[in-house]
Amino acid sequence: MRRISIVSQVGFVLLYIACVSMATILAGCSEQVELTTCDGTGKATVAKNATGQVLADGLMDQWKRDHPDRDWVTEEKERHELKPPADNSALLEGGQAEGHTYGQHDRRDLLLWARETEKFALEGSRIFHSGELLGSTVAVSCDMCHPHAANTHPETYPKFQSQLGRVVLLRDMVNWCIEHPVRGKRLEADDPAMRALEAYILAQRSGAVMNYGKH
Amino acid sequence: MNKLKSVETRYMEERGKFFHDLKNLDRRSFLKVSAAAMGAAVASGVMPSHSFQSISVAQGSAAFRFAYISDSHLYEKKINDRFVRSLLRAVEDVNNLDAQPDFVFYGGDLAQLGQPKELELGAQILKDVKAPIKMMVGEHDWYFDMGQKWRDLFGKPTYSWDYKGIHFVTLNSVVERDFWTRRGLTPMERMMTVAGLDNGVQSPFSVGQEQRQWLRKDLAAYSDETPLIVFSHSPLYKLYKKWNFWTDDADEVQAILKRFKQVVVIHGHTHQLLTNRIGNIHFHGMLSTAWPWPYAPEGMPELTVEMNRPDPFNPNDGCGDGQVHVHADGLVDKVYSLWNRGPITVSKAYTASWGRQSVPPKPNRASY
Ligand code: HEC
Repeated sequence: MRRISIVSQVGFVLLYIACVSMATILAGCSEQVELTTCDGTGKATVAKNATGQVLADGLMDQWKRDHPDRDWVTEEKERHELKPPADNSALLEGGQAEGHTYGQHDRRDLLLWARETEKFALEGSRIFHSGELLGSTVAVSCDMCHPHAANTHPETYPKFQSQLGRVVLLRDMVNWCIEHPVRGKRLEADDPAMRALEAYILAQRSGAVMNYGKH
Repeated sequence: MNKLKSVETRYMEERGKFFHDLKNLDRRSFLKVSAAAMGAAVASGVMPSHSFQSISVAQGSAAFRFAYISDSHLYEKKINDRFVRSLLRAVEDVNNLDAQPDFVFYGGDLAQLGQPKELELGAQILKDVKAPIKMMVGEHDWYFDMGQKWRDLFGKPTYSWDYKGIHFVTLNSVVERDFWTRRGLTPMERMMTVAGLDNGVQSPFSVGQEQRQWLRKDLAAYSDETPLIVFSHSPLYKLYKKWNFWTDDADEVQAILKRFKQVVVIHGHTHQLLTNRIGNIHFHGMLSTAWPWPYAPEGMPELTVEMNRPDPFNPNDGCGDGQVHVHADGLVDKVYSLWNRGPITVSKAYTASWGRQSVPPKPNRASY
């Protein structure tokens, strides 16, 4: 699972911009200068007389090359459409909030919830769409048979799966599909990948009526 | 090739022998053998009991018949042997047809990631087809090397021919706008993008200006009375854009076909039983040998009688191949030979009557 949150990624970028101005001064008058990026992990070479902007672009490009995952949320969303999380704007309306300490939220809270929730589901989307992340031994991913998580019907669980001879939860069918069509290893119920897959499947079925036991 | 017989083939051979032997039995022994054999087969879990039904399909007044195989999505065998075995099964199916079909049409997506080795493997397997074979290209065959290997193996993707009074046309309907240059994608990244059915970065499919021009020219010599059968990988109409169950210039292509009295379009890509009619154009889908797709969540054509949702516990369920019985007037009975189920025929009478007659059986496990 990824550890760098969006917030820290934005932090990185700011750090870079700060570091560019330092680098400009340090570039001095040699022919070519090699710069170490501020996190100490990358190097960029730029012409000695590069202007601040060129220098900044060079460093930023290098950082992007070093961090191909920097924009994974935007990219995943562009690749695989995700249903938006519920609209909570009604929380900002009404007069009783006055004097009531519970539920004092502003627009920023709502934005944060939506973003973080979406990010959780998007992590599931990445796994769902990748044979590699699923650990498939036959290069098969879930989207090959369930585009946009179609026909996964999370709203119908728990239900009796006669082929398994018992009542199962969504995660049991997820594991079944991981072991069989995908030919990977089953996941523990609290495995981050399982949690993410469940998040994605549930998110994509937003608006469906809960209907346990339906076949 | 084909030295290894699939489980299914061995089963079908045993079954064939069983039915052959039956002919030589009196009624009492018949009942004994039949019950025993059926009991054994069902108990062994090879087949559900209801699949012991006649699979012969009345050919009626059809003038001739061709078979189809489509959407095999082959990886190299060492990566994934399941899709390879499925294509082998389909080849055995069409080779085992009682009277050989006049030709076999391959509906595109022979390869999964357009790799030369995948296409070569597919070509090798299809060599075993006894009847003459006609090939169509799909997006999975194309976007690694922009069709180079496919053309080396199979020739031009766009062509036409005349057969028994029908004019046949094969199109490449999976032309995408260049979405890769601006993004700096490698050929493999481009292929992976197109290979994802629900990947929104790719562009919609189209036939394109060049082929429409070619089509207009190709059809110019034919009178409106000539029956036409057109093959396209994507459906030549607009069903569901998000999965490219869609051809962006479908309206323009339909406008070219419109003057003909009888037009049948047969397409791949959708991996399911799919029927539509727009004016005089009758559309039929083809089954995949690799896996079935869910039905689109919106925009389904009224004439489509869906097939049952597939059994996740049986990797061959919802897959298959099939036949097309062509009548003298150019309309067709479209046979979906579903593996592990009885075949379903969408007859000429059904589409000709706008769904009033000869309605195919309704699913008991409809999609939702
Ligand atoms: C080769 C095809 C294939 C692949 C790959 C596949 N599945 Fe399935 N799966 C099916 C089919 C077919 C069904 C039955 C669908 C139906 O009932 O409509 C199914 C059913 C399910 C169900 C239960 C649906 C229900 O209605 O109860 C879930 C959940 C599911 N799959 C999740 C997954 C996940 C997660 C993955 C990836 C790890 C995956 N599947 C990969 C074919 C596949």
